[in-house]
Amino acid sequence: MGSVSPGFTGRRRGGKDLPPGQYLTHDFPVLSAGPTPHILPEHWEFTVTTETGGVSRWDWAAFMALPSEDITKDLHCVTRWSKLGTDWRGVSLDTLLADVETGADYAMAHSYGGYTTNLPLEDLVDGQAWVAYEYDGEPLHPEHGGPARLLVPHLYLWKSAKWVRGLVLSDTEDLGFWETAGYHEYGDPWKEQRYAGD
Amino acid sequence: MERTAIRRRLTWQTGTVTEVREETSTARTIALDVPDWPGHLAGQHLDVRLTAPDGYRASRSYSIASAWTGAGIELTVEQVPDGEVSPYLVDVLKVGDPLEIRGPVGGWFVWKPEQPGPVQLIGGGSGVVPLMAMLRAHSAAASTAPARLLYSVRRPASVIYVSDLKDVAMSEEVAITFAYTREAPPGESREPKRIDAELLKSVAFQPGDEPTTYVCGPTPFVETVADLLVAAGHDPARVRTERFGPTGGPR
Repeated sequence: MGSVSPGFTGRRRGGKDLPPGQYLTHDFPVLSAGPTPHILPEHWEFTVTTETGGVSRWDWAAFMALPSEDITKDLHCVTRWSKLGTDWRGVSLDTLLADVETGADYAMAHSYGGYTTNLPLEDLVDGQAWVAYEYDGEPLHPEHGGPARLLVPHLYLWKSAKWVRGLVLSDTEDLGFWETAGYHEYGDPWKEQRYAGD
Repeated sequence: MERTAIRRRLTWQTGTVTEVREETSTARTIALDVPDWPGHLAGQHLDVRLTAPDGYRASRSYSIASAWTGAGIELTVEQVPDGEVSPYLVDVLKVGDPLEIRGPVGGWFVWKPEQPGPVQLIGGGSGVVPLMAMLRAHSAAASTAPARLLYSVRRPASVIYVSDLKDVAMSEEVAITFAYTREAPPGESREPKRIDAELLKSVAFQPGDEPTTYVCGPTPFVETVADLLVAAGHDPARVRTERFGPTGGPR
């Protein structure tokens, strides 16, 4: 299906590194549904709440005392820009979940400011996800989710919740903020899962 | 938070261009006839897909400029320097051409006539487009909700929807203020400058009015205005934002 657009030739023709429908940018655009929360590290905490109500908690000092790692990943935003080879520093979710007793299949990420996004728990482990606090060697700017954001680069960037404050684990799949507003529940850029039903 | 659950599959449809209108030297409005359009809420956007003769495709999202009244939709597109899709939409597309679209998308940056309370709209540049859809929906519904638009624009020649804004401003419920940032028209008392706390205090709804506020524009504009609103005491949960374009500086 689909008709040719009269007079359109196209010129970007993104490379093989890009998922379908994406274009390359060297800038770092921002998408947020509300004002940028300004959270001081001393007021920040991160919690993991299990399906049985158990809570693990880290304040900024405890979080910074965890082993961290350098991460270089490509980012793909559902609004169609992709940015390749971005450099981050953060704590692996494997580290944060190491002592958490859970049999849950799903997680809801919660952010300062009220944002939520849902992910399968299996997408947050095995070296696929981090809580990142540095970008390009600098403390993460509030516009980009600082002091700390989730980083799940194999999914569209809305899954990498900015200003993250915790995960709530669950046996059932609930939908987060954009997922409720018509976006895909999983969001694999390589399958172009932008909107519900894609 | 009021939410709209739209969990149906969005499919591509082919609309036909019925009219194009120059809005400024870099922006134009495109009216489309779309036979199977399901309707939309003011503030929602849609995806446009272009296909080259060799099958190459490029897609982008655009805010819908019109309120849904049961017939046709309008987009207003600002040409992005070095863009791929917007130059085609602004310079090449003509009446009678097909245009593939799918939507509507987005259930957060929307205004519905049944929503309680005043509505404050603050737009920068082409960020006025979804706000115009809200003013049109307000007018189409004969809403009695007080509505104010604060429109930040470089100079008089940059104003999109000059005559449409005059029309909606005829309503007693609607007030429109322009904030010129580079060049003001003769007789404008405020010197050209960006929106600041003083202007928000004098022309925008105050926190006690409990407005829902919609801010749309380039990222630095939205960051600045949203921060000013929060600093003035507005509940961040009542400030909805839509940002576009580059961040305007190294981050």
